Amino acid sequence: MNYFITHMSAVFPFLVKGAVYTVIITAMSVFFGTVIGLFLGLGRLSKKKFFSIPSSIYVDSIRGTPLLVQILIIYFGIPNLYNMITGDRFTMNVFVAAVLACSINSGAYVAEIFRAGIQSIDKGQMEAARSLGMTHRQAMRYIILPQAFRRIIPPLGNEFIVLLKDTSLLSVIGMEELLMQGQLYISRTYASFPVLLEVALIYLMMTWSISRWVDYMEYKLGVKR
Amino acid sequence: MEPIIKVRNLYKNFGDLEVLKGINLDIAEREVLCIIGPSGSGKSTLLRCLNMLEEITSGEVIVDGNDLTDPRVDINKVRTETGMVFQHFNLFPHMTIIENIMLAPVKVRGLSEGKARQQALELLKKVGLSDKAEVYPDNISGGQKQRVAIARALAMSPKVMLFDEPTSALDPELVGEVLEVMKDLAKEGMTMVVVTHEMGFAREVADRVIFMDEGVIIEEGTPEQIFKNPQNTRTKEFLWKVL
Repeated sequence: MNYFITHMSAVFPFLVKGAVYTVIITAMSVFFGTVIGLFLGLGRLSKKKFFSIPSSIYVDSIRGTPLLVQILIIYFGIPNLYNMITGDRFTMNVFVAAVLACSINSGAYVAEIFRAGIQSIDKGQMEAARSLGMTHRQAMRYIILPQAFRRIIPPLGNEFIVLLKDTSLLSVIGMEELLMQGQLYISRTYASFPVLLEVALIYLMMTWSISRWVDYMEYKLGVKR
Repeated sequence: MEPIIKVRNLYKNFGDLEVLKGINLDIAEREVLCIIGPSGSGKSTLLRCLNMLEEITSGEVIVDGNDLTDPRVDINKVRTETGMVFQHFNLFPHMTIIENIMLAPVKVRGLSEGKARQQALELLKKVGLSDKAEVYPDNISGGQKQRVAIARALAMSPKVMLFDEPTSALDPELVGEVLEVMKDLAKEGMTMVVVTHEMGFAREVADRVIFMDEGVIIEEGTPEQIFKNPQNTRTKEFLWKVL
């Protein structure tokens, strides 16, 4: 018992530092992922092939490959490619690679969430808006997207939770996020069980907080009305 | 006088299915035209071609001098002249009743919020729903929703009102209140095209009735002619079934 408490408290400051990185990377990736996802989602719904085909290719290829592989390609693969082409060396910043990989990945999933949300709105809504003389863009902005956004909050919240947990994969490129901090401590002390348990509990706390925040947003935007 | 809507040789296909097969129709200003016919006869499609909610396969639809098939014509502008009322109301559920009515005048016509609100309140009074301004559509009855939908279309001050089976989705006891509003509109001289199954309304209010079947106009005339003395056997059969 003493062993447990000693290690759990000794590792705590490191884990807090890691958790801060986890939160920052998740928050940034959620932001960029949502922006990418909105445009890709609209792109997939576009009647113009110029927009719909690239969007579909993006979504299919990102969803069809493991995030772990995407992280490795961005961190190791891109500098290697750069070297092949130019002959120069460059090292990818770990943090940039982390945010880039997570944003690109989450963008594909968010795109599908947006697309499903927009398609779930009755087509009579678009017709009513257009019959009043609104342009397609105005109808999207004032009628379709506000309604779609309410419906996608639950799946979007779910995606953010998945993303937060998946940032643990970033430990493979040495990003000092929550899991990596735990592993560093374990490599010095071999106290794997107490540390991993604590790591898991901190992830749980963070995902639980997102869940409660999503519930609050659903309530506030009247999804459950 | 020049008709406000002219339809010339209108064809509409959905894939291989021919829904409209050469429609010719003139609608005069201040006229109330009712379109009747069995389901699948193309009457709703015809109505939806009048504001390009359906793309026209071939032929011409000219609304207030604008040929809708001409790519240079700004369809959004023409649509502001033709208000449309749908079978399923299609109110915007995330907005209050008054916001539903104010939205297009503000965003499309560029009216100020204050003026749009004032106009919306007057329209709500006209359809008898002044007390529902701040309520959401989910909290009113079907008949009230349809009256709001009429007010919303009127807020753009259209020259023509198109009604697509406006009472078909209503409980029977709520039909009357919507028809009353429509009768008032007709009395004020609004040009109206009404696709309907309400033969009583057609008989009482219409200046002219069109009977459609299988994508063509079978017979047209005054309500008197169509209902009392139909010439075509298909018209007779249809009326025998519904009356």
